[in-house]
Amino acid sequence: MKIAVSSVAPDLDAEVEPRFGRSRYFMLVDPDTLQFDSLENSSSVASGGAGISTAQMIANKGASVVLTGNCGPNAYRTLLAAEVQVVSGVGGTVRGAVEDYKSGRLKASAQASVDSHFGMGGWQRHEKKGATG
Amino acid sequence: MIVSVASGKGGTGKTLVATSLALSLDSAEEVELLDCDVEEPNAHLFLDLKLTKSWNVCVPVPEINELKCTHCGKCADVCAFNALAVLEKKVLVFPELCHGCGACSYLCPEAAIVERDREIGVVEGGASGNMLFFQGKLTIGEMMAPPLIKATKKHIDKDRMVFIDVPPGTSCPVVEAISGSDFCLLVTEPTPFGLNDLALAVGVARELQIPCGVVLNRSGTENSAVEDYCRQEDIPVLLKIPLDMEIARAYSRGIPLVRGIPSWREPFRQLFRDIRQRISDN
Repeated sequence: MKIAVSSVAPDLDAEVEPRFGRSRYFMLVDPDTLQFDSLENSSSVASGGAGISTAQMIANKGASVVLTGNCGPNAYRTLLAAEVQVVSGVGGTVRGAVEDYKSGRLKASAQASVDSHFGMGGWQRHEKKGATG
Repeated sequence: MIVSVASGKGGTGKTLVATSLALSLDSAEEVELLDCDVEEPNAHLFLDLKLTKSWNVCVPVPEINELKCTHCGKCADVCAFNALAVLEKKVLVFPELCHGCGACSYLCPEAAIVERDREIGVVEGGASGNMLFFQGKLTIGEMMAPPLIKATKKHIDKDRMVFIDVPPGTSCPVVEAISGSDFCLLVTEPTPFGLNDLALAVGVARELQIPCGVVLNRSGTENSAVEDYCRQEDIPVLLKIPLDMEIARAYSRGIPLVRGIPSWREPFRQLFRDIRQRISDN
């Protein structure tokens, strides 16, 4: 089993990146051994559809779970179709997030956590909207 | 001759200038006005005409034949807009992101992609006096303005004096709308926001090698920053329209400036003569 965690740097002790499609790195972690691959996400700078192509990349790398801050509707739909479980609202370090997932403290999200284009700037403002709506 | 009226910042007076320019000439020239602000076309509100014709505009979007598809991923690789996701066992299509370029179906090695038409809006047309008028109207919720702008511009009659009311901004819809123009009139206002976006719009016009000039709307005592910029960049300020209650009052009732205040007819005719001179000098 592999867990993909959006990450601000290619390091287990880096912070979880709050955006999914616009995340520069993903850590593909084996939760039992904590062995990992770090993936650079070329879609993070896409002009549009970053969530979709990031989701495709993550699914095709064989991840069965995604841990991230926020996930928009198109990325969510793609991950759902690929049968990848999505957990949004995750913060702290990548290592801590994987530990929390293993211990059952994180629950899968039943829907996208934010609207489209959340990761394209002004996202602190949108995050509030996502959290209440 | 094609003159596009753009701005960068929204709400600076593109439609005011485009309608008054067209109407100031309508007795002397065969005029055509295109409203390419397809997300919110409003020029027709100021014109005394009926939209008598309508054409549906579609873009082709891919449909996947899962029986033929081997999930090789080539279609998603070539899609510049990430409108396709190829997963191990299925392909997802996001039609609202598709620009209809056709690369996916053209390059599919299994011929597993057919294109079907998806309607994104309409082009409507009408006439009044010597003026032909067309507007693009994007269906609410659609994002794909450029193909609709292209469809609207197909109605350009090059024998006429054509004015294009351009959408605000400086991205793809603006590029699509002003491409092919002989001159681009940039309408701005004397605010920091107006100046900032004017500079961006000038950048677009220069990239497209379209000569441009400025109309300073709501002009008053704070003009110096915009005028300094224009001097520095060697861009002519061709007309100033003051911040004036009488103009606002007529305009808010849907009366174009040159009809509401006929003394404005001559300044707009002079603006047109200046533009024509600049085009022929160019």
